[in-house]
Amino acid sequence: MNLLNISGSPHVHSDESTKKIMWRVNLALVPMLLCGIAYFGLNALLISLVSVVCCCLFQWLIEKFILKVPSTVCDGSAVVTGLLLAFNVPATAEMIWLVAIGALVAIGVGKMTFGGLGKNPFNPALVGRVFMLISFPVQMTTWPTVGKWFPMSLDTTTGATPLGIIKEGLTHDGATVQSVIEANNLPSLTEILLGHMGGSLGEVSAIAILIGAVYLLCRKVITWHIPVAFIGTAFVFSGILWLCNPGQYIDPVTTILTGGIMLGACFMATDMVTSPMSKVGQLIFGFGCGLLTIIIRNWGAYPEGVSFAILLMNSVTPLINRWCTPKRFAK
Amino acid sequence: MKTFKMGGVHPEENKISTNAVIEQMPLPTQVAILMNQHLGAPATPIVAKGDKVKVGQLIAEAQAFMCANIHSSVSGTVNKIDVCKDMTGLPKTAIYIDVEGDEWLESIDRTPDVKRECNLEPKEIVAKLKEMGIVGLGGATFPAHIKYSIPEGKKAEYLIINAAECEPYLTSDHRVMIEHAEEVCVGVSILRKALGVPNAYIGIESNKPEPIRVMTEMARQFEGIIVEPLKVKYPQGAEKQLINAITGRKVPSGKLPIDVGCVVSNVGTSFAVYEAVQKNKPLIENILTVTGKKLPSQHNYQVRIGITYNDIIKQAIGELPATTGKVISGGTMMGKAVSNLSAPTTKGAASVLVMDEAEARRAPETNCIRCGKCANACPMGLEPYLFSALVKNNRVEEAQAHNILDCIECGCCFFSCPANKPLTDEIRLGKFKVRAMMAAKK
Repeated sequence: MNLLNISGSPHVHSDESTKKIMWRVNLALVPMLLCGIAYFGLNALLISLVSVVCCCLFQWLIEKFILKVPSTVCDGSAVVTGLLLAFNVPATAEMIWLVAIGALVAIGVGKMTFGGLGKNPFNPALVGRVFMLISFPVQMTTWPTVGKWFPMSLDTTTGATPLGIIKEGLTHDGATVQSVIEANNLPSLTEILLGHMGGSLGEVSAIAILIGAVYLLCRKVITWHIPVAFIGTAFVFSGILWLCNPGQYIDPVTTILTGGIMLGACFMATDMVTSPMSKVGQLIFGFGCGLLTIIIRNWGAYPEGVSFAILLMNSVTPLINRWCTPKRFAK
Repeated sequence: MKTFKMGGVHPEENKISTNAVIEQMPLPTQVAILMNQHLGAPATPIVAKGDKVKVGQLIAEAQAFMCANIHSSVSGTVNKIDVCKDMTGLPKTAIYIDVEGDEWLESIDRTPDVKRECNLEPKEIVAKLKEMGIVGLGGATFPAHIKYSIPEGKKAEYLIINAAECEPYLTSDHRVMIEHAEEVCVGVSILRKALGVPNAYIGIESNKPEPIRVMTEMARQFEGIIVEPLKVKYPQGAEKQLINAITGRKVPSGKLPIDVGCVVSNVGTSFAVYEAVQKNKPLIENILTVTGKKLPSQHNYQVRIGITYNDIIKQAIGELPATTGKVISGGTMMGKAVSNLSAPTTKGAASVLVMDEAEARRAPETNCIRCGKCANACPMGLEPYLFSALVKNNRVEEAQAHNILDCIECGCCFFSCPANKPLTDEIRLGKFKVRAMMAAKK
């Protein structure tokens, strides 16, 4: 006769695990990866590969030799960080090796310094991305222009993103958003939706992002609160500005479809570890992200502010968690 | 369909013994009847070694306020009054009785016909519940005569009968409702009369269509009994959640159901009430489920209280499968793991649930990823992840300030945690520490 196991109740588990959640996120990122490869070709594939391999490798090395704990590479979180980091850089040939530095900062500084998955206050992929943006400003803002499908050459012509062109154009006297768009032959709304424009590897196609986001919503990995609050706030705030002065501000539809808002709202801001736990807290968090993004885009030095907005809101997440406790039963 | 508003989970139902008709378990050779089978102080033995007892004879008396009478479940000779380890291995006092024949007290009506008429006054009903040692059979084993003595200044408006049976695997309430619908309804009418409330609501989860149909038909023949189908969600059978589901009212922290005008009893209890009031039969038997995915057969048994778990297993399935990993008394969400199979069953026992080695193992714990699933699942609106951190760091006062004592230990947090953190265990420890701190302050 065996010895009986003894434990407190409950004696069953939902079978949900961190590993399953992380691999579901990875699956949700696949459409964006495919889109990136379709638009930017071999570069996109190599950057993603280098980024993922480096993230996993650095995590494994740090866990084995510095922290001396069992490896958690299999839980898939390093792969998520690797993919998101790759999605946040321009798909140029230089990035193939530069992204390895970003991976080291993302995993080493952004994640493992704090004790690994679950303990990091900031989104590791964004820590890596912002580090690269500040350290390599030229390389990080040189975007390959999208030409034909599946470009296989590593050499690409480069240009700025629509947001960058408009921001730069508006600094000239008498320029309006419309005149800049016309003068530079910027992409139409359909092209923007499909992602046929300059931009980071994974952020260009809103449709691919939405496919991934809907999958995560269906599998209950994320809830609608952060993406809707984030995109909604950005839409409304930029809409108000646009109504006030259409010459100086970009219209709200273009605002939310260009740059990193969609990717940021659906995949970076929704990171469980660094976002608030309660639904109300998540709405506040999304609202803050949207507001900061538009403020940085319009009045900051950078044409894009999603990364900074999310990192800033990450820093107030503990405070939001403290304010927004769940409603107690019968209170 | 009605349900409670906040939190909850839906574990795999596994009601595999649903179709097993209630069988009578053969008598064992000896029973051990524990003196504390109820919430409160132990009863005091009034028999001595060598005494002859009959089935239904009073053998231990309730002398404290919070206590219940205990009767012999068998006929025979008192072998000894001694220490007996209960199912979790804790020493308790028990009366051991060697079984000789099956001779019942003459006062107990053993005829099968159902007696509907009850002419007792509310006070007499409560006195009868006390005499017959009736306790709540939903899990807490709260003495029924105390529950049905409404304190001065309070008024009962609703009687709620808990037939949710939201725990996975358990089917005893299910079978009782199908096989003893009329008796249950008489029992409910008696309780309704004891409280003087216009209506009694029987809450049944919608995964039990057969009991809902049978009970709805039977309830038509009785005045003021309403069957309320409920959406399937655990912990629907928790007192505060059931009240919320049926009446929409919320029992405040630290208060009792009667504070919002409700009294809740289990459907098994109403069957016991029927037998006690109409048939003079004390609480000496209960109905329990013997189940498990790997067992050769599934059963629902009526057993005499005091029979050991080993005896039940022997009668039901011969012996435990070689791959057995855990035996649980109760459901998988709130039941207790049995460490001592030679322990006797008590009034509140609901099942013998046998789990396989693989099912019995917990997955290894990993870092909290702050997903908030535990807080979303909590039916009391608490923050289990926070308690986990506070308790580990011995920050007991903060845990108290975050209402840790409101936790009903339903297990939804641990059940839904992707990091497999034993949140319910940590909260139990935290509650213990908070109570110890409060006691030290007094």
